[in-house]
Amino acid sequence: MARRELPDVVVTGIGAVSPLGVGARRLHERWVAGTSAFVDGEAPCADFEATDHLSMKETRRADRFTQLGVVASDEALLEAGWGDELPYDPFRIGCVLGTGIGGIGTLEGNHDTLRDSGPRNVSPLAIPLMMSNAGSAALSLRHGLKGPVFSIVSACAAGAHAIGTAMRAIQCGDAQAIVTGGSEAALTPLSRASFASMSALSPTGFSRPFDNRRDGFVMGEGAGVLVLEDGESARERGASILATISGYGTTGDAFHLTAPESHGEGGARAIMLAMADAGVTAADIDYVNAHGTSTQLNDRSETAALKTALGDYAHSIPVSSTKSAIGHLLGASGAVEAVATILALQARIAPPTLGYEEPEDGLDLDYVPNSARALKTASPQRAVALSNSFGFGRLSGTS
Amino acid sequence: MEASSTGSVEGTVTEALKTFGAKEDQITREATWEEIDIDSLDLAELAQIVEDEHGVKIEGDDMKNIKTVGDAIDFITEKKGS
Repeated sequence: MARRELPDVVVTGIGAVSPLGVGARRLHERWVAGTSAFVDGEAPCADFEATDHLSMKETRRADRFTQLGVVASDEALLEAGWGDELPYDPFRIGCVLGTGIGGIGTLEGNHDTLRDSGPRNVSPLAIPLMMSNAGSAALSLRHGLKGPVFSIVSACAAGAHAIGTAMRAIQCGDAQAIVTGGSEAALTPLSRASFASMSALSPTGFSRPFDNRRDGFVMGEGAGVLVLEDGESARERGASILATISGYGTTGDAFHLTAPESHGEGGARAIMLAMADAGVTAADIDYVNAHGTSTQLNDRSETAALKTALGDYAHSIPVSSTKSAIGHLLGASGAVEAVATILALQARIAPPTLGYEEPEDGLDLDYVPNSARALKTASPQRAVALSNSFGFGRLSGTS
Repeated sequence: MEASSTGSVEGTVTEALKTFGAKEDQITREATWEEIDIDSLDLAELAQIVEDEHGVKIEGDDMKNIKTVGDAIDFITEKKGS
């Protein structure tokens, strides 16, 4: 089939800033150890100070969502061996970054200024900082990436959509490598109020995906960045390959603005498309990193989607949610979770769904409750995982 | 330091440039915007600060002739006095 002749796309560097700290390995180690990052019902990146990593000018020229993305990208590029020099023609290297909301902190701050002090005091940086493509623009500027540079805005699926889009751009030859991922910093009064008004946020402040007592998501912030390269080019330059993005599937529910369709039909189809794209079947899947938001609707619909897509294998594959440790990073979640998934596969560990105590009828998959465990793989040579993301507007992306 | 009438203008400009990320030891009267890495977005912010603190409006055209820190201080001081 033509699809199978597409070039392979590999991951050569990863980076993350998450509520569990600065650094991808820190996220992995702390999650596997059962640490969660909730403070007063939210999951901020409390350790993150932009000026520890960026110059005064870079800090002022970036909304927090961009700052988080830049720092995650520095880590990813360093690991890829791009620290001193780009390995390809800069016009052949792009940046595709996802965000759900963009610079909402900048928007709110400048709106306050407009209301309180009038239009002449609104910052000339307001638009360039709040625009949703500020993240990809900043990474392009910092690292000299001159190929396709744009952002993907698709709510909580944005990180996954960015990775999938980057993979496709490499496969079809638009770029040799793409720095991709997602970033979000929406712990602001307006977004808190809006999510709370629609009863999406947990009023008790607990993120316990798939547990019968779950009552909404806990909002977090952060960024995940992956360096994707054309496999042949990466091997030629002797790069260390962390993982292969072997397939991607994406669908829309055409059902409701915010609610998922209860049978998870769209999610199931995205998962099946990703598996077909990768040339694997349910028998090959060793681990599922769930979207698992801790909302009533998502966790039920996602469980249904997994059962449809994985059939008899659904009950024997470990499924866990990173959001049980770091909350919901909205447009960054798919990227940070992809980073966490890669490290889990490398370590052959299934990280836990924390806070899981009370099963619900029908939500009967193996959610890896509370403790990490060794990951059994179908093949001794490789470990294969699905990373799910779903978003408002009802979009699904699975890679 | 200039005479006291320009002191506050100089202070405003210097403080603003430091906030924008220019290095303090490089902010001299002779320094060009390029030399201290100050661009058009910084100058737009500087104009807001100057208007706020000194009541002097700097329009887009005015900036064309302002190439150095000293040019800015002199322009603002002159407009403030007129």
